[in-house]
Amino acid sequence: MATVELSFSALPVHVRTARLIVTAVARRSGVAEALLDEVRLAVGEACSRAVEAHRLHCPDEPVRLELNAADRRFEVIVSDTVPGDDPAGGIPPVHAAEDFEFALGDGTADLGLAVIAGLADHVDIETTPKGVQIRMSWPAEAEASV
Amino acid sequence: MDLKVNDYTTDEGLTVINVEGEIDVYTAPKLREKLIDLVNKGKFHLLVDMEKVEFLDSTGLGVLVGGLKRVRAHDGSLELVCTQERILKIFRITGLTKVFGIHDSIAEAEEKRKGAK
Repeated sequence: MATVELSFSALPVHVRTARLIVTAVARRSGVAEALLDEVRLAVGEACSRAVEAHRLHCPDEPVRLELNAADRRFEVIVSDTVPGDDPAGGIPPVHAAEDFEFALGDGTADLGLAVIAGLADHVDIETTPKGVQIRMSWPAEAEASV
Repeated sequence: MDLKVNDYTTDEGLTVINVEGEIDVYTAPKLREKLIDLVNKGKFHLLVDMEKVEFLDSTGLGVLVGGLKRVRAHDGSLELVCTQERILKIFRITGLTKVFGIHDSIAEAEEKRKGAK
């Protein structure tokens, strides 16, 4: 079992709560203060993405988080239940093509994924028939105290 | 913390939008509505003061890009005031420092605007 597990209904208002909880657990897990902002932002991005995906496809399903602290790493897994149907394994877009606000240049750049990739020490995105899992981790200086 | 958004327009025709709080997937619509409202009122030269923004995510970035597109359609501008490293980092990661004019202060932005005229 993960150190901390969390699930919340797919509403934007709960993303902030998730950020606060993850930051608190990261701090207790020994993640350096200087990295906490990065943890908070990257996890917030992953949760925002999952919430938007659920609101489009399965608004009644909760978004799930697993927080693990072991082997001097702090790992967060954000899981949605929106099946990925891209045979290339690509991550399904969460914003409608006509959503003008997210269009950058000629394409629809997913800024959230760019931010996650830029902030997390290690990122792994897995698209499965059951949904998308974004796994992020950072170094933890001390052994877990949670 | 809720997002507070206030604005005023200078004698030079620059509309300054003071934003305070966290801009995320929950609060960003409030900023989006403000930008759309200002453009609809014919305010096409916008300066968003981010100095009191405590958190900004990609949803907020998307709203700012959307606002920039709207004002550019009217030959306008949308620039930012920001000196907070934690916020600037997000603009750098996403490459948006090349898209937005980012100033250290409202006064500096006004000076550059006067110089460009």
